[in-house]
Amino acid sequence: MTFGVEALATVAAVDPVPWARAQMAFTLAVHIILVPLGVSWSFMTLVANYRGIKHGDKDALLLAQRWSKYMAVTFAVGAVTGTVLSFEFGLLWPKFMAQWGEVFGVPFGFEGIFFFTEAIFISIYIFGWRRLKPWAHFWTGMPIWIAGIFGSISVVAANAWMNTPSGFTLDSNGNVVDVDPVSVIFNDSMPLQAAHMVVAAYLVGGFMVASVYATAMLRGRQDHYHRTGFVIAFTVAAVATPIQMGVGDALARWVYEEQPVKFAAIELVPKTDSHVPETLLGKLNSDGEVEGGIPIPGLASWLSDPSTGTSTVIKGLDSVPADQRPTNRQVNTVHLAWDVMVGIGTLLFLLSVWYATSWVFRRRMPTSRWFLRAAAVAGVASVICMEAGWIVSEVGRQPWIVYNRMKVEDAATGNSGVWMTFIAVVVLYLALAVTTVLVLRGMSRRFRSQRAFVEHESPYGPSAPAVPTKDELPR
Amino acid sequence: MSDTVAVVLLLAITAYAVFGGADFGAGFWDLVAGGPAKGERPRALIERSIGPVWEANHVWLIFIFVVSWTAFSEAYASVMLTLFVPLTLAALGVVMRGASFAFRKTVVSLRYRRAFGAGFATASLIVPYCMGAVAGGIASGRVPAGGRAGDPVDSWINPTSVVAGLLALAMVAYLASVYLVWEARGAGEADLVDYFRRRSVVSAVVVGVVLVVGGFVVRDDAPYLYDGLTSQALPVVIGTVLCGIGALVLLLRGAGRGARLLAALAVAALVVSWGVAQWPYLLPESLTVSQAAAPSGTLVALVVVVVLAAILVIPGFVLLYVLEQRQLLPEEGVAEETGPAHPIAGGPAPR
Repeated sequence: MTFGVEALATVAAVDPVPWARAQMAFTLAVHIILVPLGVSWSFMTLVANYRGIKHGDKDALLLAQRWSKYMAVTFAVGAVTGTVLSFEFGLLWPKFMAQWGEVFGVPFGFEGIFFFTEAIFISIYIFGWRRLKPWAHFWTGMPIWIAGIFGSISVVAANAWMNTPSGFTLDSNGNVVDVDPVSVIFNDSMPLQAAHMVVAAYLVGGFMVASVYATAMLRGRQDHYHRTGFVIAFTVAAVATPIQMGVGDALARWVYEEQPVKFAAIELVPKTDSHVPETLLGKLNSDGEVEGGIPIPGLASWLSDPSTGTSTVIKGLDSVPADQRPTNRQVNTVHLAWDVMVGIGTLLFLLSVWYATSWVFRRRMPTSRWFLRAAAVAGVASVICMEAGWIVSEVGRQPWIVYNRMKVEDAATGNSGVWMTFIAVVVLYLALAVTTVLVLRGMSRRFRSQRAFVEHESPYGPSAPAVPTKDELPR
Repeated sequence: MSDTVAVVLLLAITAYAVFGGADFGAGFWDLVAGGPAKGERPRALIERSIGPVWEANHVWLIFIFVVSWTAFSEAYASVMLTLFVPLTLAALGVVMRGASFAFRKTVVSLRYRRAFGAGFATASLIVPYCMGAVAGGIASGRVPAGGRAGDPVDSWINPTSVVAGLLALAMVAYLASVYLVWEARGAGEADLVDYFRRRSVVSAVVVGVVLVVGGFVVRDDAPYLYDGLTSQALPVVIGTVLCGIGALVLLLRGAGRGARLLAALAVAALVVSWGVAQWPYLLPESLTVSQAAAPSGTLVALVVVVVLAAILVIPGFVLLYVLEQRQLLPEEGVAEETGPAHPIAGGPAPR
C-alpha cells in the first residue's frame, strides 16, 4: 500500500501537467455552478421585490427577502472559489501568465470593477432589508444585476481570447511588445461566447431555482408563495432557452468557420469530407475511425452551412498534424459532451414550450405532475448541460491553452507538488459543496417552520420586529 | 506609466491591509474570545461588523492579483512559482474563512456554529501570516526575475518572512480591535468598548515590539530593504511611528475620535514604507518596476480601469461604509422569528 502511494507520488512528481490540468478543470467546474446563481438570481430577486412593492404581494416580497439570504451564501462561496481561480492562474500556469498575462489580464482588469460593484451592492441589498426605504432598497439591487452581466462578459472575454488570441504584437523572440486592449477584449469569439454564457446563466439559474419550487409543489405545497417562486424563476429560464438555441447555433457555425479542428472534434470528423453525417453518440476507435453511434446522413454538413446543403465540406481532424489537435480520447470527450449539451438543451426547450403553451391557451402554468416532475429534474439537468458545454469549449481547444500560440504542456508549472494541492483542493471543495447544500437546506427548513408560526414577516418598516434591546441608545 | 501602475498596486495592497486586514484581525479576536458564553457578545459584534463589508474588502485581493499579472506578468510568474506553498495555503485559507463565516451566520445549533467559527477563525490567522511571509520573501530579494522559481522553502521560511508574517498578524489584530471599539460604541455596548480598547492597547504594544525586533532582523537578513527603510523610506517610517504612538496615546485615554484614523494611517504608512524602501525594484535587486512593466497599451488600459474604479467603485464603498456605520445594515433579510435563540440577534438601536 505504502509502496503504491510512493510509486504514485513518484509518477505524479515527474509530470505536474495532468495534475495542474485536473485541478484547474475541477475548480472551474465547481465555480461555474455558482456563476448562474450570482448572475441571474439577483435579477429574479429584483423581479420578486418589484412585485412585492408595486403590487403589495406579500409572498413575492418574502421570496425576494429569502432569496437574498440564500444568495448571501452562494455569493460568498462563489467569491472564494473565484479567488482560488485567480491564485491558480499563477500557481498552476506561471509560464502562460509570464508570456501572456499582460494581454490576457486586460479583461480581468475591467472585471475587477464589476466584481467590486457587485460585492458592495450585494451587501447593501442583503443587509438593507430592515432599515432602508422600500424603493431605495430596491434600487440598491440594480447594480448587482448589471455588474453580474458585465462581470461575466469580462471573464468570458478572457476565455474567448484564449480561443482567438488577438490585440498584441510579438518581437522576434516571441515576447509581447505591443498590446491593443480594445482588440484583446473584443476578440473575434468574444461576442458570441459571452452571449452564450450570459444567457446560460439565466437559463441555468432559472431552472435551478424553479426546480426547488417544483419539488415543493410535488410535495403538496401548492400555495401562492410557491407558485410565485416557481413562475418567476421558470419564466426566466423558459425565455432564455430558445434564445440560447439561437446563440448556440450561431456559435457552432462560428466554430465551424474559425476553429475547424474543434468543430471536427464536436462532429466526430476524422477526415476532411463533404456529406458528413451527424453522428449521435459513437466514438473514435484507436485507429481514429468513427465507431458505433447513430449516423444521420449528411446532416452535419447541412447544418454547418444550409446554403450548400449536404455537399458542405467539413475539415477533418487530419487537416492539422496530430500534435496540434486533441487526442482521440479528448475528441470522444468533446463529442459526448456536445451530444449531452444539445440533447439536454433540446429537452429543456420542449419543457419551455410546454410551459409557454399552457400560458397562451390556459392563462396559467401547467399543473400536471409530469410537468412538475420534469421541472424538478430540469435544475440538475441544466447544470449538466452547462458543464457539458464548457467541456466542449475547453477540451475542444486542446492541446492549446492559447489557440495556435501556446500549448497547455508548455504553460504549466514545473512544481512537482501539484498532485498534493490537487488532493487538498478536491477534499476541501467536496466538503464545501456538501456543506453549502446542507446549509441551504437547513435555511429552507427553518424558513418553513418559521412560516408555520408567523403569518408574515414585514420587511421595510418600523413594524418590523426589530428586537429592541438594552443597547437601545440614542446616537 | 509603469510608475503609476506600481503606485496603484501599492495603494491596492495598502487598501487590502487597512480594510481586508481588519476582517482577518476580527477573526483573531473571534478565536480568542473564549467559551460560548463568555465569547458570545464579542463574537456577535464581530459578526455584525464584518458581515456586510468583508466581501467588498476581499475584492482588493483579486484586484492586486489582476494588476500584478497584467502589469508585471513575468515577475508575477516568478512570485507564484517561488512562493507556491504559502500562496496555496493562503488560497485554501481564503476559501475556508469566507465559506465558514458565511455558513456560521446561517446555522443556529451551537455545535455547528462552533465548528464553522473555528474554521473562520483559524483561517483568519493562516492567511495574513502567509501573506506577510510572501511579502517578506519578495522584500528580502528571494524571488528571482525572469519567471523562474527561487528556493521553494527558504523563500518563505526565513527571518524576514517570519517577522513579516508575525507583523501582518499583529497588525490586522490591532486594526480590528481599534475598529471594533467604534463598532461597539455605535451599538451602544459600553463594556465591549472597553473590552476592545484594552485589546487594542495590548496589540499596539505587540506590533511595536515586532517592529523593533523586525528592524534588527531585516538589518541582517535584508540589507537592501534596511537601507531603503532608513534612507528614502525614512519619512514614511517616521510617519508610521508617529501615527502609531498617537493612536496608542488616544487609545490609552479612552479612544477619542482620531484614534481609529491614526491607527489606519499607521498601518497604511507601514505598508507604503515597504514599497518606498524597495523602490525602484519590484523584485529587489533583480528586477526594477520599469523593466518588469507590460507594454504601454496594457498599462493604459489599467489606468483606465483605475479611473473608472475611482468613479464607479469608490462612491459605492463610501455608501457601504456610511450605511454600515449608521447601523442601516443590521442583518440579513428581516429578523428571525423562531428557532433557538440566535446568538447574533442582538438588534441595533433604531435611530
